[in-house]
Amino acid sequence: MIRKPFFIAPAKQQKLGFVLLAVLSGITVLPIIALLVFILVEGLPAISWQFLTAMPEDGMRAGGILPAIIGTFYLTLGTAIFSIPPGIAAAIYLAMYAPDNNVTRLIRITMINLAGIPSVVYGLFGLGAFVLFLHFGTSILAASLTLSIMTLPIIISTTEEALHAVPNAFSVVSISLGATRWQTIWRIVLPESLPGILTGMILGLERAAGETAPILFTGAAFFLPRLPTSPLDATMALPYHLFVISTQVPNMPIQVQYGTVLVLLAFVLGMNLLANFVRNRARARRQW
Amino acid sequence: MINRNNFNKLSEYLITRIIRLAGYLSILYVALICLFLIREGFPALFNVPFSSLFGITWYPIEGHFGILPLFLGSLTVTFGAILISVPLGIATAVFISEIAPPWVNQVFKPLIEILAGIPSVVLGFIGILVLSPFLRRFLDLPTGLTAFTGALLLGWVAIPSIVSVAEDALNTVPRSYREASLALGANRWQTIWGVTVPAARNGILTAVMLGIGRVIGETMAVMMVTGNAPTMPNLLSLFQPVRTMTATIASEMGEVATNSTHYQVLFFIGIVLFILSLVINVIAFLISSRRMKRSERLLS
Repeated sequence: MIRKPFFIAPAKQQKLGFVLLAVLSGITVLPIIALLVFILVEGLPAISWQFLTAMPEDGMRAGGILPAIIGTFYLTLGTAIFSIPPGIAAAIYLAMYAPDNNVTRLIRITMINLAGIPSVVYGLFGLGAFVLFLHFGTSILAASLTLSIMTLPIIISTTEEALHAVPNAFSVVSISLGATRWQTIWRIVLPESLPGILTGMILGLERAAGETAPILFTGAAFFLPRLPTSPLDATMALPYHLFVISTQVPNMPIQVQYGTVLVLLAFVLGMNLLANFVRNRARARRQW
Repeated sequence: MINRNNFNKLSEYLITRIIRLAGYLSILYVALICLFLIREGFPALFNVPFSSLFGITWYPIEGHFGILPLFLGSLTVTFGAILISVPLGIATAVFISEIAPPWVNQVFKPLIEILAGIPSVVLGFIGILVLSPFLRRFLDLPTGLTAFTGALLLGWVAIPSIVSVAEDALNTVPRSYREASLALGANRWQTIWGVTVPAARNGILTAVMLGIGRVIGETMAVMMVTGNAPTMPNLLSLFQPVRTMTATIASEMGEVATNSTHYQVLFFIGIVLFILSLVINVIAFLISSRRMKRSERLLS
């Protein structure tokens, strides 16, 4: 047998390969840790009660970021209202009712497309449809509607997965006892899959809470030193505020910027933790 | 009794109707998005001559609406990001699903999930504050705000989707494949590259397509770190300021008058982005449904 010029013994090959993959994964993961630690260390000193609960002052260079925090809270709430009920209903349709035909196939293709549309294009759509066509103006309402359409595919796909995870036998038994299809879904399948649905919901809303591009022209205010009073008000929001103070305002104290990043990350990753908590608790309790 | 039965029947009927309607929502939304993009953006084709619209100068104040530099800007950044995220993402997916001990996965998987949740504006902020000054000094460039900086950041934007989809694909490879390979005397490394990865080929390809989609559509981070220079990029160099299509829409839409030519062209760029994401996602869908058919055939 002719020996190849660069022959390496298989065992050695394996060792080298494993080390290489470990190193590449390390390169992938380390910057994430570094980023989290960096923001935590730099941001913590900026956090104070006043920073969290006061209005911005001096062209946003001093004071607090309360209107941005409240604004992001309202936007997330609005997104939840407009995306969760239709999202869950759509998932129930896909998991329980949809026949295996071309229409269903079309629904799935459009859903995948919806999930892939660039966030700034959602912003354009929201501007054209909600702000201008429906005359909502730049408002919490228009921004929430825009974000909810973006969130919908995430909620549908995670909910559908949760529904599919409930063993088929549960439904079969329920129907055989005389329950209708809807009774079976409402009393058996939905309660059993609730933790999975909750997890998906929170992860979807997490995405919405951190988005900037869709709200740029639909609801975000550059500077608004008061709290919004109606859904038709524009609002400050944490991600957009961070963008503004890190690129648009000269002589911005670095402390305020780090503080804002930390609050935004805490908001978003807090939701992530909550989702994981719900998922793990449900997994530990599951009996099937 | 009869009344109650009728009521149940009626509510069952209504609820079924509502649920069916909700099922069609995604079709409705995609149709509406198409409709509004076309409504606002299509007039650009009539108001701007073709040679200008597809020309090489983007200077809206003087009526130059060439989207080519922006298109190439997006392409350059995307290409760079994919060059970084595909090897890292696939290596991480293989490592997580085939090699790493459980305790490593308990650290790596949540970190990747956290990365998926980090808002892009936060990455952009770190890009401006840390990454770009570092690159400027380290590579001795006139400015740290370049296509490369954007590509580096966007690499990490694409990694979560690549890792999770590729890992799913690797996990669905039947155990018997690996066992057969090991039984024939191949070691784990040979099994991974000779059997597992090729068997998950379609899923990994889907992961790459979805990663590309994520990167092309990314807006905030790329706007903050690529230097905002809407000029024709030199295709051979990543180390120069560029501007992507997404960044152009985001940074200029706030300042244009509704229904002006500039406004229409920005919507037209939106149409281009929409079509790009459509093509990428349909390809990804076709690849992944091909995988399903193939495994069905194998298992039957």
